[in-house]
Amino acid sequence: MGNDITRSQVEDFLYREAALLDEWKLEEWLGLLTDDATYYVPPNDHPEGDHRTTLFILADDIVRIRERVKRLMSPDCHAEYPHSRTRRLISNVRILSVDGDLVTVAANFICDRFRRYERIREYVGGYRFILKRVGDDFRIKERRIVIDAHELGALGAVSFIL
Amino acid sequence: MRSYIVDDPVKKRFLLDREALVSEAVLKDEMARIFSKCWIYVGHSSELKKPNDFVTRRVAGRPIIFNRDMRGDIHCLFNTCRHRAAIVCTEREGSRRSFRCIYHGWAYRNDGSLGGVPGEEAYAGELDKSELGLRRPARFESYRDFWFMNLDANTPSLLDYLGKATEYLDLVVDQSPSGQMEVVSGVQEYDVAGNWKLMVENSVDDYHLPTTHSTWLAYMANSGVKIERPTEGRVLPTKGLAIDLGNGHFTTDNVNFRGRPVAAWIPIYGEDAKPEMAEIRRELVERVGPDRANRIADTNRNLVIFPNLVINDGSSVTIRTFFPDGAGKMHVTAWALGPIEETESARARRLDAFLTFYGPGGFATPDDVEALELVQQGLANWEDDRWSEMSRGMGREGEQLNSDEHHLRIFWRKWNQMMESV
Repeated sequence: MGNDITRSQVEDFLYREAALLDEWKLEEWLGLLTDDATYYVPPNDHPEGDHRTTLFILADDIVRIRERVKRLMSPDCHAEYPHSRTRRLISNVRILSVDGDLVTVAANFICDRFRRYERIREYVGGYRFILKRVGDDFRIKERRIVIDAHELGALGAVSFIL
Repeated sequence: MRSYIVDDPVKKRFLLDREALVSEAVLKDEMARIFSKCWIYVGHSSELKKPNDFVTRRVAGRPIIFNRDMRGDIHCLFNTCRHRAAIVCTEREGSRRSFRCIYHGWAYRNDGSLGGVPGEEAYAGELDKSELGLRRPARFESYRDFWFMNLDANTPSLLDYLGKATEYLDLVVDQSPSGQMEVVSGVQEYDVAGNWKLMVENSVDDYHLPTTHSTWLAYMANSGVKIERPTEGRVLPTKGLAIDLGNGHFTTDNVNFRGRPVAAWIPIYGEDAKPEMAEIRRELVERVGPDRANRIADTNRNLVIFPNLVINDGSSVTIRTFFPDGAGKMHVTAWALGPIEETESARARRLDAFLTFYGPGGFATPDDVEALELVQQGLANWEDDRWSEMSRGMGREGEQLNSDEHHLRIFWRKWNQMMESV
């Protein structure tokens, strides 16, 4: 990877991540994260909030991300056993800034989730990721996912990795 | 008069008619006999920091405005125009001196009184604006910044209604050096495809913890929290009680093992947090004495104010309320509560601790939701499999355990009594 990062490089990476999540290859997915990675889902009413002063839906450091994956892979994670089926569509990918080896990217997503015999639940929103360049590849340093719905409402939970 | 429970003190059996959890007719009766008769939680003073601040929400199905007027007095107004009924405030929160209906322009001052009516002369001087302020619930009272409404004018005061539950609210509020707790920004709102009363049960039912929440217990253990093996016939790591507070209110009252932002450190908080946690404990001991400090910090309690307010004073402090949206669905709202003088680092720790367990992305709440939804799905057989078995611990003399169903029976007895009264 040269100095000029292209959108298609970022897209390829985001598609690869989406495939791992949709296929529930969560251990492999952990390999896409830096050792200080964070994962945030802000609350619906304060999407611009800071997790230190605002109650989030989810705010994990890398330790808790790894614990979350352990939990999700356990058959005792009742909310996700049997696993949901998800299908992510990612679009409108933009590189917002490049600062040294850190690349801030934004994208729109739709994540459709199917559970047992329930009707479809559709999570719609925006990604704001900070990627770290590692050789010819990226690692995710910060993963922030803003859900557009005014309230979580019928979406119920973010019990899987969104 | 029909009863939904079989309460047999001789055989020590308690059965619940599952129709109570599936019937739309029951829900209609509940709205009239319970939600229109009880004190229902509306909001917390801290959500309205300054004069003119407002929030809008639905309480017991009623759209309301919870706000401060220009003088700073707190109101609860029906968010319905007196003219032709449109919602007059469409924003979720903000600051406004008046609320103007977008339909025909009737404008209300933020004390509820009607200010302007466009083209008022067309009423030929017959319009008495003093009679046309926004309506409000018959009663609206508070206890230590927790505001409740009552749609029934002929009801005892909030203080009388809360009764002994105030002692448990005090254990929460006294965590603040100045006795002022605040609702933290950021609300969690989610639906559960289950009857609202299942959330009452679930919020205090510690019997389910080892099975429903085994992955949370594993997370705690992986993080270095000492989880004792249950002894003496218990199912939980520490002893916990279920306590009847009268008027349908009840609480669990448990020896803590899970870590508490008020001065009970666990490894998840990190070594760096120890000095500050020690300081929080020191202040608490100095202010309330060692016994009460231990009471506040070293027990955890899930409190139910009948019918639908839950305060979980556990891994963090939550205010949780929920309303039915049909017999088989509820809408849940949850907030985090913390002392107003909390430092930035202590506040961050409180919010982080909240997410270890609670909420739609927590390590426990999604499994609670799953359990309640499985109950509701299983209830489809109610006509042929009519009774839920809720006798656990009924033969126990003296202290009642949090892992028994004593406190659930308190709820159902009160509920049944109110449903029988007309």
